[in-house]
Amino acid sequence: MAAFLARRLLATIPVLAVVAVLVFLMLRITPGDPAAILAGDAASAEQITRIRASLGLDRPIHVQFGIWLGQVLSGDLGESFFYKTKVSTLIGQRLEPTLSLAALTMLIAVTVAVPLGAAAAWRFGGWFDRALMGFSVLGFSLPVFVLAYVLIWLVSLKLGLLPVQGYQRLADGAWPWLRHLLLPALTLSIIYIALIARVTRASVLEALGEDYIRTARAKGLAELRVLVRHALANAAVPIVTVIGIGVALLIGGVVVTESVYAIPGLGRLTVDAVLARDFPTIQGVILFFSVAYVFINLLVDVSYVFLDPRIRY
Amino acid sequence: MSRKIVAAALLAALAGAAAAQEKVLRVVPHSNLSILDPIWTTQYMARNHGYMIYDTLFGTDEKSQVKPQMVDTWTVSPDRRLWTFRLREGLEFHDGKPVTGEDVIASLVRWGKRDAMGQKLMTFVERMDSPDPKTFRLFLREPCGFVLEALGKPSSNVPFIMPKRVADTPADKQIEEHIGSGPYIFKRDEFKPGDRAVYVKNPKYVPRKEPPSGTAGGKHVYVDRVEWNLALRDAQAQVNALAKGEVDVLERPAFESYEQLKKIPDVVLVTKDPLGFQYMARFNHLHPPFNNPKVRQAALAAMAQEPFLRAQVGVKEFYRTCPSMFTCGTPYGSAKGSEIQSKSNMKKAQELLKASGYDGTPVVILKPTDLAAIQKLPDVAAQLLRQAGFKVDLQAMDWNTVVSRRAKKEPPAQGGWNIFLTAWVAPDIWNPLTNAAIGAQGEKSWFGWPSDETIEKLRDEFARATDEAKKKALAEAIQVRAFEIVTHAPLGEYVNPLAARKNVTGWVIGPGDIYWNVKKN
Repeated sequence: MAAFLARRLLATIPVLAVVAVLVFLMLRITPGDPAAILAGDAASAEQITRIRASLGLDRPIHVQFGIWLGQVLSGDLGESFFYKTKVSTLIGQRLEPTLSLAALTMLIAVTVAVPLGAAAAWRFGGWFDRALMGFSVLGFSLPVFVLAYVLIWLVSLKLGLLPVQGYQRLADGAWPWLRHLLLPALTLSIIYIALIARVTRASVLEALGEDYIRTARAKGLAELRVLVRHALANAAVPIVTVIGIGVALLIGGVVVTESVYAIPGLGRLTVDAVLARDFPTIQGVILFFSVAYVFINLLVDVSYVFLDPRIRY
Repeated sequence: MSRKIVAAALLAALAGAAAAQEKVLRVVPHSNLSILDPIWTTQYMARNHGYMIYDTLFGTDEKSQVKPQMVDTWTVSPDRRLWTFRLREGLEFHDGKPVTGEDVIASLVRWGKRDAMGQKLMTFVERMDSPDPKTFRLFLREPCGFVLEALGKPSSNVPFIMPKRVADTPADKQIEEHIGSGPYIFKRDEFKPGDRAVYVKNPKYVPRKEPPSGTAGGKHVYVDRVEWNLALRDAQAQVNALAKGEVDVLERPAFESYEQLKKIPDVVLVTKDPLGFQYMARFNHLHPPFNNPKVRQAALAAMAQEPFLRAQVGVKEFYRTCPSMFTCGTPYGSAKGSEIQSKSNMKKAQELLKASGYDGTPVVILKPTDLAAIQKLPDVAAQLLRQAGFKVDLQAMDWNTVVSRRAKKEPPAQGGWNIFLTAWVAPDIWNPLTNAAIGAQGEKSWFGWPSDETIEKLRDEFARATDEAKKKALAEAIQVRAFEIVTHAPLGEYVNPLAARKNVTGWVIGPGDIYWNVKKN
């Protein structure tokens, strides 16, 4: 296991190097000049040229890359062109809302989807199974922003139960934190409930056809125990894989939800940085996402060992 | 022991009550606050941040008149070359140090390197000095007609007064300390870029006695904290938050939101800036076909203002056509020379285009897709130009790509452009010196780079003129010439009322987004 972990960690180095080079080059060849954006509407061409020089953007690309690489290797992701704040500080400020939203979303999704998917497999072909499959299609098809607006209208504006927007830090109290996160997490969880429930259903269905299930039933075990202890446990690997992918996506890609609910998360930071051509922030955030994806995948791989004793690294 | 517990409980209760009574104004500003140096950038959000924490020597009232703000009294020598200003009593920076003439001079020097009007003023200034802490003087090479207008300039870049140690920051480097002497104190420790900016009342600020008007008059603060919600940018989410009382003010709601806002019982719309904004189309004078003034005239004749306003603003009560290149309703607003646009029609435009020798070169129009305030204008321009006989290449992109691309002087086929459209807040265009679009110094001018000696000569005369009647005549002459050579096409004016909860009152009429005198009941 230790050798496997070491190998996987070493393998992240070329991945990060490729990501770093690609992101750096793509930013330099796409249209958009941070200096012109920074200068404002009434700036003259001379002012823009001066700003470009002050940002170091007038230097050759390989020189700029060398400087940035040197910073990254010394653990410094650089400073935002716009906010004049360390990129690592910006990421740190946005990490809590994003992780909170991802965690609560996955908690809701897994808590709801796994039992539903298992139950649908257990009652394969029945009305419950069909209803769940119908819900899954709906869950996939419904745009997140439509669902968000409907939930806000109903839960916040009509019933007045939850706030319509904003984020409260966990340090300010668990209840305010939860109140502000419930609606966005519910909105986001629908698509994950649909996805995880489908995967759970398919995996459990496959497991239910295995010989060991027939044996368990022949031993006279209760049906619930057969389902949970034998079928679900053996179906866990694909479910955990989907959950891992879901967490990775949630960390980097919930811009619409963050916008509608005004959550200052990493997705919003990324979009703002891209629109503003804030090169250091884009580079830093994408490197961070790459590291996060690599580690989530690593965690998922490690979890296989515990879920399926036959797997050895 | 029990007494201690009771005392602690009482203290906690009192602290809680005090916190509960704290008046917090929760504002959704019109954009994100990214740059905190209002001299380094012309971005309006940086300017608004500046108005919160800095004070100005002069202000401009709702009638566009310059009035003293930090300045108490001033004198001008008979030859109009020596201006002596005395600061009023009680001016103090947030760190407790008094505002001195040295601070003022350092601030003006830095501003004079960045701002276009400041640069112009500095061409007249021979030197500045501060004979005592409360006095500063401007020694001019020759008389100058816009000293007070420049010092009281209400929009970007505003000559905000900073402590000398801050103002000594090189003009091409952003300041790192955000201390002013204005009515609010910036909470740097609570600033989260893209999330929120917080300002608290400056308890030591001494407002002027005059009633507030525009950026002039007494800056009284009636709330303890102002919080700018920088994360809430979705138009519908903003309306929902205001309806539910989670925020108090929407600085500039989307035009599509007004019908919904009008129906919310606890919300009012306030037109606090009746002069509003002006739309304009800017031609690139460097490349065909708009390097030919006759082609520009044909395009101008095609660009009737009403279709732009109807498509972009839509709400009749919020827009008006305006024949002036300076803001209508301000001292230099005039219809002189505008007939080519205001009395024209499509038939006339077609005739002008035919006579111009236009060879069918496609016109590249830059269309921003992510800026709701102007994104429909390019479509209207494209349609009108096609009707006039132009070939049009409408290119969609995000606003920041427009901003980057418009700075390119290359031909349109090599990544340049022919037309972009934008909006200006009234003070930025209301006289020949602040109006960047009317400058005609060729490649030194604002994007589009028109070149015309007559305009520049008239602008120089305007800068030197000290008689108001003469200045008005010169402004008219400049406008007539600008319409002749078609520096740009004004496309009408509009207001963008703010939406606020009914318990928020005391809005100061005038340009800019300012939060003094505002009460939350």
